[in-house]
Amino acid sequence: MKKRKPFSLADASFNTVNFLIMTVVVFITLYPFWYVLVASFSSMNHLYTSQLLLWPDGLNLTSYRFVLSNDRVPRAFLNSAFIVVVGTAISMLLTTLGAYVLSKPYLPGRNAFTGFIVLTMLFSGGLIPFYMTVQFLGLIDTIWALIIPSAISSYNMIIMRNFLQGIPSALEESAHIDGATHLQVLLRIYLPLSAPVLATITLFYAVSYWNSFFYAIIFLNRQELQPIQVLLREVLQQSRVDMLVSEDYRLNSPTETVKMALVIVTIVPIIVIYPFLQKYFVKGVLIGSLKG
Amino acid sequence: MVLARNKAGFWQRFSQAISKHYELYLLFLPVALWFLIFCYIPMGGIVIAFKNYKVLKGLWNSPWVGFANFERFLTSPAFRDTLGNTIIISLMNLLFVFPAPIVFSILLNEVQHVGPKRVIQTISYLPHFISWTIAGGLFYMLLSPSLGAVNGVIKWMGGTPVNFMGESRYFRWILVFSSIWKTLGWSAIIYLAAVAGVDEELYDAAKMDGAGRFRRIWNVTLPSITNVIVIMLILQVGSILNVNFEQVFVLINSALYDVGETIEYYIYRVGLFSTNNYSLGATVGLFKSVVGLVLILITNKLSKRISEDGGIW
Repeated sequence: MKKRKPFSLADASFNTVNFLIMTVVVFITLYPFWYVLVASFSSMNHLYTSQLLLWPDGLNLTSYRFVLSNDRVPRAFLNSAFIVVVGTAISMLLTTLGAYVLSKPYLPGRNAFTGFIVLTMLFSGGLIPFYMTVQFLGLIDTIWALIIPSAISSYNMIIMRNFLQGIPSALEESAHIDGATHLQVLLRIYLPLSAPVLATITLFYAVSYWNSFFYAIIFLNRQELQPIQVLLREVLQQSRVDMLVSEDYRLNSPTETVKMALVIVTIVPIIVIYPFLQKYFVKGVLIGSLKG
Repeated sequence: MVLARNKAGFWQRFSQAISKHYELYLLFLPVALWFLIFCYIPMGGIVIAFKNYKVLKGLWNSPWVGFANFERFLTSPAFRDTLGNTIIISLMNLLFVFPAPIVFSILLNEVQHVGPKRVIQTISYLPHFISWTIAGGLFYMLLSPSLGAVNGVIKWMGGTPVNFMGESRYFRWILVFSSIWKTLGWSAIIYLAAVAGVDEELYDAAKMDGAGRFRRIWNVTLPSITNVIVIMLILQVGSILNVNFEQVFVLINSALYDVGETIEYYIYRVGLFSTNNYSLGATVGLFKSVVGLVLILITNKLSKRISEDGGIW
């Protein structure tokens, strides 16, 4: 028999306070995004006169026209897209190969290989020698400087290795008896069974390529290679947008709202894949917290 | 004899391993090369910390100077200032940023309805996916004296606007707040997973004994996540020299160096940004790597002692 929940004042007041706290957390988390969105559709005048910006004064598209009507934004957007697509492909290739080999318990030297990788997570040469290495390889001022030096994340490789270790070795053995090579085993047996971890790690890499900006700042001088994050940073910092705007627009340029529109353009790809992100990233964190 | 046999044994095993598993070794080759080039060669590049590196002379011909760079760094005011800033910011993070997701996950766990709970959680990790460039820009805008919403509220309440990003005294708190904003939901995932694993019967038993909400949180929820908390705390202590570089990079400006310049930012500034002093930058980097390694080794040992699977390896 189900008893009716007795009403308790303490309980009810706890729930109310907790509800208020959660509302505040959600508000603080979301408000900056809302602010940017609202500002990007507002007029400059509205931005300057309203104190806590909650609604736009209409659907003002001038800022977006500014952002999209110059050469630099689409160019930077495409650079970023290139880095994400090509970079993620290279990263996944190397990470999968490494994880597959490290997941073979019978491979002589496996522990040494694992140690070889774990050591790099504990100790590094630091920023300056790393920079000099990239310089020495002639990657400065090429788009590859943003891809190859950051191609492998040891952390991701270890996560994937842990997952691959869980696949029963009987599958591999029978394939080898049929004469399959390791590459075939990896492609035909392991990868189809690893869809969730592959999705997680692909997203890990894609987001980190999209969001990375520091390497672009130190490795690139050529403006035409700039990814969107760096362009955004430049625009946000300079407190002026005339660099983005063609001559005829230069007078009366709605500086702040254009910045906001550029922020929105940079966030949109993340928001679009957010449903996948939050689903797979959480899984990734939980797999990653188990050690192998 | 014995030695010779062992030696022969090793080479024999070596060649057997290669011939039997050559395909796996071949597949690993590109990965090994990548680590060699981008992790181990830079480790070798540390030698410039012991040289007076001159671009024109190159790595080999620049003169050796022994520990002169270390002496220079360790006796300079920059050492005291950057180390001090790094440790103070880390301690503030430990005090304020570290507990935030724990409190959040406990409170979220107390939300009675599954729907809102999931929605709140999903919203909470949104900032994690936004780059620091954007986050930094958002904070600059929201805190701006003329346009920012924060000053908007201050003005609305009759106060005078504050130039948050122009005065040193606010900067460390801005770092703390922006860290909480960006990491709260994400860091809470691991605690929420631990909280979700608590046996419902424990709650029911506590309820039977007449325990109220706070009692239940204190006696049931908290003990169940203590292990995770301790491990995370130890890891955090082990990385006390790591203040998020990207965060400092996007938020700092030259008016804030006295309170905000961390060791890593200093390496960037002297090494690549203002002076291109590679040797000094590498020296400070080596100092940080070595101290960091020692801290991690100690704390890992500690966390292994506390819980069997506590270590990170």
